[in-house]
Amino acid sequence: MSKAMDIVNQARKTDRLSMKDITTGLVEGFIELHGDRLYKDDEAIIGGIGRINGMPVTVIGNEKGKDVNESVRRNFGSPHPEGYRKSLRLMKQAEKFDRPIVNFINTSGAYCGVEAEERGQGEAIAHNLFEMSSLSVPVLSIIMGEGGSGGALALALADEVWMMEFSIYSILSPEGFASILWKDAKRSSEAAGLMKLTSYDLKELGIVEKVINEKNKNQWIDKQLLMKQIKNDITEKLNDLKALPVEELLENRYQRFRHF
Amino acid sequence: MRLFKKRPYISLQKTEAQNGPQVPDGMFEKCPNCQKPIYVKSLGKARRCPNCQYTFRISAQERLAITVDTYSFNEWDEEVTTDNPLEFPDYENKIVKTQIRTGLREAVMTGEARIGGHETAIGIMDSHFIMGSMGQAVGEKITRLFERAAEKDLPVVLFTASGGARMQEGIFSLMQMAKTSAAIKRFSDKGLFYLTILTDPTTGGVTASFAMEGDIILAEPGALVGFAGKRVIEQTIKASLPDDFQLAETVMKNGFIDQIIEREKLKQVIAELIAMHTYPKEKEGDLDE
Repeated sequence: MSKAMDIVNQARKTDRLSMKDITTGLVEGFIELHGDRLYKDDEAIIGGIGRINGMPVTVIGNEKGKDVNESVRRNFGSPHPEGYRKSLRLMKQAEKFDRPIVNFINTSGAYCGVEAEERGQGEAIAHNLFEMSSLSVPVLSIIMGEGGSGGALALALADEVWMMEFSIYSILSPEGFASILWKDAKRSSEAAGLMKLTSYDLKELGIVEKVINEKNKNQWIDKQLLMKQIKNDITEKLNDLKALPVEELLENRYQRFRHF
Repeated sequence: MRLFKKRPYISLQKTEAQNGPQVPDGMFEKCPNCQKPIYVKSLGKARRCPNCQYTFRISAQERLAITVDTYSFNEWDEEVTTDNPLEFPDYENKIVKTQIRTGLREAVMTGEARIGGHETAIGIMDSHFIMGSMGQAVGEKITRLFERAAEKDLPVVLFTASGGARMQEGIFSLMQMAKTSAAIKRFSDKGLFYLTILTDPTTGGVTASFAMEGDIILAEPGALVGFAGKRVIEQTIKASLPDDFQLAETVMKNGFIDQIIEREKLKQVIAELIAMHTYPKEKEGDLDE
């Protein structure tokens, strides 16, 4: 198995830091806000408001679920269009009240199903990208586990994108990649090696600004300690971004993606 | 029971003379929709099957010829090509071969032209170029199309045709969705008009970005329009899908396309839509004179 495939497997583990861990352990006084106001509430995405070191923020993120029942309810973290529309509703609300936005991404991708297509999966993602590019508040996105394709990008058009050390961010799963290019999903390990989907590779390519270490001297860092670290890093970054005039914030965001 | 009995004749090598009447190559084409052979000339300029009315996929050059006013096209950014950002093996070779085969540098052609006398920026994607997939070059050309149109106060007409992301460019391909969307937002905020025409096929990352961001979204009859591929969905839900799934007609019923327009009428409709969206500006111009 390639080293990259090993990281892919790590990224997919369900005992990783989850959105629920974040809303209970990192965000203070989290209040969940449900529904897209158009069709329904998509439980693959949790969204709401709370505080980070006292600062009111809007937080949005994928939750894959811890046990089978919850995972089914949450569609294993793969949103339908209403998940993206709920996210956008909450982000526009954050903009209105001048609250920074922090997104926590962990999805294998936007759901590929009949109803998702019927309700405009492509349109929902496109609309998020279109609107997020000019949100007048700071947006920070952190890839927690899997960052799968357009379904991840729809929450990652941000001022900065960070990755957990053992997370991945890619155009497609290595299995899908291998099956499209070589018509053989079993060559996924080889594909993972070529795709440059690890946090180290993506940091080097300039796709992400920061890698959050999950191990110290080859030992896993305790979850509570890790969250404390992330929390402080987020606060520092949001303060920096909040200090920028809106025109500069938006110009920087535009240029961040313009050069790719 | 003749199962094991040897046949009472021997086979002879066929020679050229023994073949039936010859049909020159390229005289007939099989319709991908109704599967019937069609005399190429009966397809006409619009490349429509006389039997089932399906309109064939056409090249960017053919599309340009039936859309813009004669001699009015001025190409932009022809030189933009990919620089293989992931250093993907054999990718550059594939690009060169495709360039030779299609006469295009990349999967989209952009520029400015007149349509029915109206100045417009125009982009045409071509599915014959690695399935119209979007990599850095496609994303860059489309971004520049909107940036330059915004500078020049021109509307944008964009024909989409794409299988989605350019796999060989991996994450850089994904970033093009964000880059193009941000450029379209800026263009849109200037009050300028963006018309999308979805042609067969429009899927994946292109659907999930600029294809669905038009002020008005038209489609050609029978065009495949969707996010995920049909096979991927069938594998996910473990069931087969009806034939009309992801057809433009179905997508319009679901509320994501404004209207479906036949190829023969497209130019006229585009010209009229541009005219209506640039009307106040032209009127102001008249008053100045």
